[in-house]
Amino acid sequence: MNLLSFLSRRGTAPVARERLQILLAHERTAFGRSDLVAVLREEILAVIAKHVAIDKEKVKVTMERGDAVSTLGVDIELPDNKVARLASA
Amino acid sequence: MAKVIVVTSGKGGVGKTTTTAALGAALARTGQKVCVVDFDVGLRNLDLIMGAERRVVYDLINVVQGDAKLPQALIRDKRLDTLSLLPASQTRDKDALTDEGVARVIGELREKFDWVICDSPAGIERGATLAMRHADIAVVVTNPEVSSVRDSDRIIGLLDSKTERAEKGERLEKHLILTRYDPNRAERGEMLKIDDVLEILSIPLLAVIPESEEVLKASNLGSPVTLNAPQSAPARAYADAVRRLKGETVAMTVPSEKRSLLGKLFTRRAA
Repeated sequence: MNLLSFLSRRGTAPVARERLQILLAHERTAFGRSDLVAVLREEILAVIAKHVAIDKEKVKVTMERGDAVSTLGVDIELPDNKVARLASA
Repeated sequence: MAKVIVVTSGKGGVGKTTTTAALGAALARTGQKVCVVDFDVGLRNLDLIMGAERRVVYDLINVVQGDAKLPQALIRDKRLDTLSLLPASQTRDKDALTDEGVARVIGELREKFDWVICDSPAGIERGATLAMRHADIAVVVTNPEVSSVRDSDRIIGLLDSKTERAEKGERLEKHLILTRYDPNRAERGEMLKIDDVLEILSIPLLAVIPESEEVLKASNLGSPVTLNAPQSAPARAYADAVRRLKGETVAMTVPSEKRSLLGKLFTRRAA
């Protein structure tokens, strides 16, 4: 009880501030400040879909931001027979 | 040519409609021709806050769809002849607002008025992006509360990507209005401080509206707080905001309500 009253006397605002700072730092990298990841994903898929039939559900796009470099990963699963047909053509 | 302002927030219930009405009335009092536009189709409330709910005949959707001409739908305020309202529809389908229709109506409003203030619906869906689409200035309304600050951050992201100005690479002015602020609670560490919110959202501060009973009184009566109680603390803060929007430099103060000694004792006791 003593401990609780001690904590509440410190105030809840600093906790709110800290939670927001962490959360928003995370969300801003996840969503980005634009739709860059979404746009890249659509355009890359459109180019590949011209040549190979791809399953849009089997595509993973990831963006990792580091201090110096950020990487964009596009992971596309190609169906075997389609690749084979493309190679023989 | 009017300047178009969007009043937006992400989260609902933070005071967008109150702010739209208060800014609109305060601007109109300075002799500027102002139109406040309710974009919250389905949940219209600006007409109620402005005290014009029984005078709505045609609405934004009628004008967007071409069923009524703009002058037929505009409601001239009974207190200020420089203030007009373009109400939202309550009954019709939200998708009735089209990009082209909204662009045309905003274009017409720009020619008739000095300021067009658009009350955005809450959220990040189509209604909100349509309301912000043609804005020159965005006023982001936030409470000193975590969910409100977070949602405002999302809205600022949208303002930077989904508006016409952002797409053209032009500058969209963004300002913050912090509502329901209680300086005493902030001082005691029970509420985020102004600087905390500004640091997190990093857009310039337009005004701090103190928590006040005058806001509810004004909305009960259907009169913008800047008309109903122009000397009250929130009204003075909104009036200062308007002067800043017009380009004046006004020192930032957080006006507080004058309380009797007895009143102070009671609030202390209750806290």
